[in-house]
Amino acid sequence: MIRVNDLSFAYGQHPSIFKGFNLSVEKGEAWVVIGPSGCGKTTLLYLLAGLRRPLSGRIFIEEKLITRPRPRTGLVLQDHGLLPWATVFNNARLGLSIWEFYGPDGKHAPRDSKINKKEADKRVDFWLKRLGILHLKDRYPIQLSRGQRQRTAIARSLAMEPDLLLLDEPFSALDAPTREELERLVLDLNFKQELTYILVTHDIEGAVAMGAKILILQKGQNSRPRVIENHCWGRVGGVKGNLFLEQCDKIRLELGGALF
Amino acid sequence: MLLVGWEVLALALNQPILPTPVQVLKAFFESIFGHLGLHLLASSARVVAAILAAVATAVPAGLGLGQLPALNRIFSPLIAVIYPIPKIVFLPVIYVMMGITDFSKVFLIAIIIFFQILVVVRDEAANLHPELILSVRSLGAGRLALFRYVYLPASLPAVLTALRVSVGTAVAVLFIAEQSLTTWGLGYYIVVETYQVLRYEEMYAGIVAMSLLGLVLYLIIHALEAKVTRHLDQGVEGMG
Repeated sequence: MIRVNDLSFAYGQHPSIFKGFNLSVEKGEAWVVIGPSGCGKTTLLYLLAGLRRPLSGRIFIEEKLITRPRPRTGLVLQDHGLLPWATVFNNARLGLSIWEFYGPDGKHAPRDSKINKKEADKRVDFWLKRLGILHLKDRYPIQLSRGQRQRTAIARSLAMEPDLLLLDEPFSALDAPTREELERLVLDLNFKQELTYILVTHDIEGAVAMGAKILILQKGQNSRPRVIENHCWGRVGGVKGNLFLEQCDKIRLELGGALF
Repeated sequence: MLLVGWEVLALALNQPILPTPVQVLKAFFESIFGHLGLHLLASSARVVAAILAAVATAVPAGLGLGQLPALNRIFSPLIAVIYPIPKIVFLPVIYVMMGITDFSKVFLIAIIIFFQILVVVRDEAANLHPELILSVRSLGAGRLALFRYVYLPASLPAVLTALRVSVGTAVAVLFIAEQSLTTWGLGYYIVVETYQVLRYEEMYAGIVAMSLLGLVLYLIIHALEAKVTRHLDQGVEGMG
């Protein structure tokens, strides 16, 4: 589904974060990207989302070269993603409203995205309900808790029925029960609808719980991707077995204690 | 209260320069649907045209400056110099350069409002979170949709506040600009048609009309402001 070929990227005059970097992600896979802050996790996500252009190299998603945000890619950021002046409903509907604004032009919105107003409203209601915030639909973001805001951001992405979900530390500021619930939701979408996702985190246990494949990035230049196959993924909350903890230790070693 | 005080003062003074409110209101209602009404209409048209022209140019310019730091670096010293100058001093320059037309009067008022709006929109756009812009772009928004769904709603409250603050100055400048080189407008009516020929009751009727113009504009802007800042009035609740 995703092919990253010979990617290089740097911010301005700073030393490059990626150089000759290759990666390939298959459809339906669950990926986690982990590494110390400043290692380029978020940058990689922005590159995949089409929000930043590589200095050289190419990124293909579903065989198409990425030069701008792709309509079927959903992106959830840690915070600041919601419009403060719009209600929960209008925030969750924003993506669909933008699609309506442009029409199905294949550039800003998928060609097959023709959807009437009523259907769009219904779809947004469905996701708000699934995320347990339908009763908050007329509230403004300032009236919500962090968890409720993050649910709104997730509902906004899912309402666009993405085939690829990019999540940038989406759960790191949430309390444990909320985090586990949302992790289960994302896993569920992966199991049942083959939703491909790439989740960026700095939390080792979260990485082992969510990533079938864990990409480890390092501070400085990343050239050869270090990927760990993880068979312990899919276990959220509850008692974690020895295998799970061993896997965490393995990643901790890989990271070289660089995290904390 | 105001009217009673005015009435008492007018009766005590018993001079033509201070007619009683009853006389003034009579004069007002006699001509507001006729002669005075036309003057009011001319003044309103000039202010509204100036407001629209200022908003239509200052909002995009402010957004551009706010989003492009390189551009802002070039223009911000210039704006800093021009911003505090009372624009009324440009009146003769504008007349000479643009001719004695309605356009030049509207232009003068428009530049007053223009700079007020330009500065607040620029600051508002510069303060938008980059993550917010990125996340909306990730939903497929190009320049147009960003303008429609982010920049415009983000800057609208500030635009209206700037308008509300500058509408008083705008009406004051209008008053001065209308005193000469036109035969329509409340400035002309108050100074030339009534004050200079000692028709004090009509003069006060003109002042009432001018006050109404300012007040109505203020109230309209205030109401729009209340509408677009609803999200700021909400109490913070449901945290946890």
